[in-house]
Amino acid sequence: MENEVQVKTEHLVKRYPMGAESFPALQDINLQFMKGEFTGIVGPSGSGKTTLLNIIGTLDKPTEGEALLLGKTISKLTHKEGAKIRNEHLGFIFQTYNLLPVYTVFENVEFPLLLLSMEKKERDEAVWQALEWMQITEKAKVKPNQLSGGQAQRVAIARSIVKKPKIVIADEPTANLDAKNSHRILQLMVDLNKDLQTTFIFSTHDEKVIQYLRRIINLEDGRVASDELVELNGIATQE
Amino acid sequence: MVLLRLAFRNIWGAGLRTWLNAIVLSISFVAIIWTQGLYEGMAEQVSREMIKVSVGGGQIWHSNYDPYDPLTLDESHGQIPPICQQWIANDQAAPVLIHQGAIYPQGRMQQILLKGIDPGQQIVQLPTQGLANHDRLTGLIGARMARKTGLQKGDYITIRWRDSKGVFDAADVQIAGIFDTYAASIDQNQIWLPLNRLQRMLAMPDQATMFILDREFSPSKIPEGWLFKRQNDLLANIQEIVQAKSVGASILYVVLLLLAMLAIFDTQVLSIFRRRKEIGTLIALGMTRSRVIGLFTLEGSMHGVLAAIVAAIYGIPLLVWYAVYGLGLPIDAENYGIALGQRIFPIYSAGLIIGTTLLIMIVVTIISYWPTRRIAKLKPTDALLGKTQ
Ligand SMILES: Nc1ncnc2c1ncn2[C@@H]1O[C@H](COP(=O)(O)OP(=O)(O)O)[C@@H](O)[C@H]1O
Ligand SMILES: [Mg+2]
Repeated sequence: MENEVQVKTEHLVKRYPMGAESFPALQDINLQFMKGEFTGIVGPSGSGKTTLLNIIGTLDKPTEGEALLLGKTISKLTHKEGAKIRNEHLGFIFQTYNLLPVYTVFENVEFPLLLLSMEKKERDEAVWQALEWMQITEKAKVKPNQLSGGQAQRVAIARSIVKKPKIVIADEPTANLDAKNSHRILQLMVDLNKDLQTTFIFSTHDEKVIQYLRRIINLEDGRVASDELVELNGIATQE
Repeated sequence: MVLLRLAFRNIWGAGLRTWLNAIVLSISFVAIIWTQGLYEGMAEQVSREMIKVSVGGGQIWHSNYDPYDPLTLDESHGQIPPICQQWIANDQAAPVLIHQGAIYPQGRMQQILLKGIDPGQQIVQLPTQGLANHDRLTGLIGARMARKTGLQKGDYITIRWRDSKGVFDAADVQIAGIFDTYAASIDQNQIWLPLNRLQRMLAMPDQATMFILDREFSPSKIPEGWLFKRQNDLLANIQEIVQAKSVGASILYVVLLLLAMLAIFDTQVLSIFRRRKEIGTLIALGMTRSRVIGLFTLEGSMHGVLAAIVAAIYGIPLLVWYAVYGLGLPIDAENYGIALGQRIFPIYSAGLIIGTTLLIMIVVTIISYWPTRRIAKLKPTDALLGKTQ
């Protein structure tokens, strides 16, 4: 179990059409992600971070090469199969939170469980637990437009982990947050990663985030420039 | 259930826009039910009146009789068959003899029909007893005929006719009564006379053009040379006229409906455009595109449900008011082909209400679904970035 490979890319290439030419956003990416990882894909804007996360998250397909998610070949997934995998095993966190504006905090967090047709009692329990983890229970009845950025992102994280997915994919989750909120959110995610063994795959170019990462993959112009594991004590001194 | 709740929240959250759509749509709702109810009421009312005063339980016509061809009228009568004699004796049928004639109101000749009916008949509710026991020749006319000719009760009018031998003759008729009816077919351009007098005048003893049957009576056999006209066939004409009128009126609410559809279509297009990031998020959360399409379609259709509720709020009192007090139509709505002197009481049948609701729901659903097809072409990655293709 410890060494379970959850995501694997082989010679992954993604090109976007640009007029008659095509622009290579990702080139020959060979990566593996194991269960329980806390990994950041780091690189400047335009280096291909979002493109890579979208493919891993089954929202997009490779142009060439292959990507496997939980044993499934992503390029061969139908719309329906993709939706099912995302529904059951993936959590997404976005830079802009993307909460449903008409729903309360509670209902936003509940929504993925409704898609899983979970029983009400079980659902309520899971939602309150997720809100407790994210220390946002007092806002349960509030609509997203009354939340601060930090609060909204904590709700979004609660929504992503409420169904206890195997993998959480977070595309620049702190890009719109100040330092205090960024640290708080990273610390919460580190704790979840420890407690639930959830795999976290980030993209970021935020220095504050990098110090929490246990593995750093550097992307430059769509290529992997480096891929390093970080010593655990590096974080221990942080507090 | 998930979609239903989210859809409801979304359109509820859209506030004013949702209500504007619902109100516009509700107006078509009420307008359709009101006008159609009015026409149904009109058809029903006129049919009832027609049965009472002219159609009865059906009629038996001489095989040559064609009410739309006055030229053949003089050959459209025959000896009253024995079986009909029996019905007449049993008060199951009333014979009517019809012939052409002319009157000269204010010195101008006017072609009219002379209709002979037994003053003692009980089959139709016309004041025919007014024709009985008079030494003088007396006649009955309808209110429209009276208005047109300026005749009043007690007045005399000279009628002229040609009898069965081709001999012209004339007589003065005293108006014994004026009756009021919606049914133009027994009012316009005609005068009702005692049957035996007319038979004598025309030298057509024991002859008739048709028989009106009692409402409770259905004939076991039809004599040769005569045709049975069922009640429904005789009323079909009216229903057709009313239907034709209602098609004319439907243009009004087709326009209303179109406006409502335009508003909903516009709302859908706008909402899909504005919420593309939300669409991307829903897909990322594990919804299939077809469910997202279902969500947006449902949101659009819910305007129909809200419209029905809004329509019920102001529509029911309005419609009930008209059902109770009726709608007064101009006295001489002669263009309608049916005399409408009185108030019309609309009838809102279950079929009308269910049919209208179904029609509106289907149209709203199609209109709501239409713009959502672009969601199917939307890439989730682009949607999340707020891009559209
Ligand atoms: N849909 C697209 N069409 C064309 N080019 C794109 C598209 N998405 C991204 N790109 C390009 O691909 C490159 C990588 O983009 P992205 O993955 O968003 O980088 P990052 O997330 O690291 O900023 C950029 O140069 C970007 O302009
Ligand atoms: Mg990006």
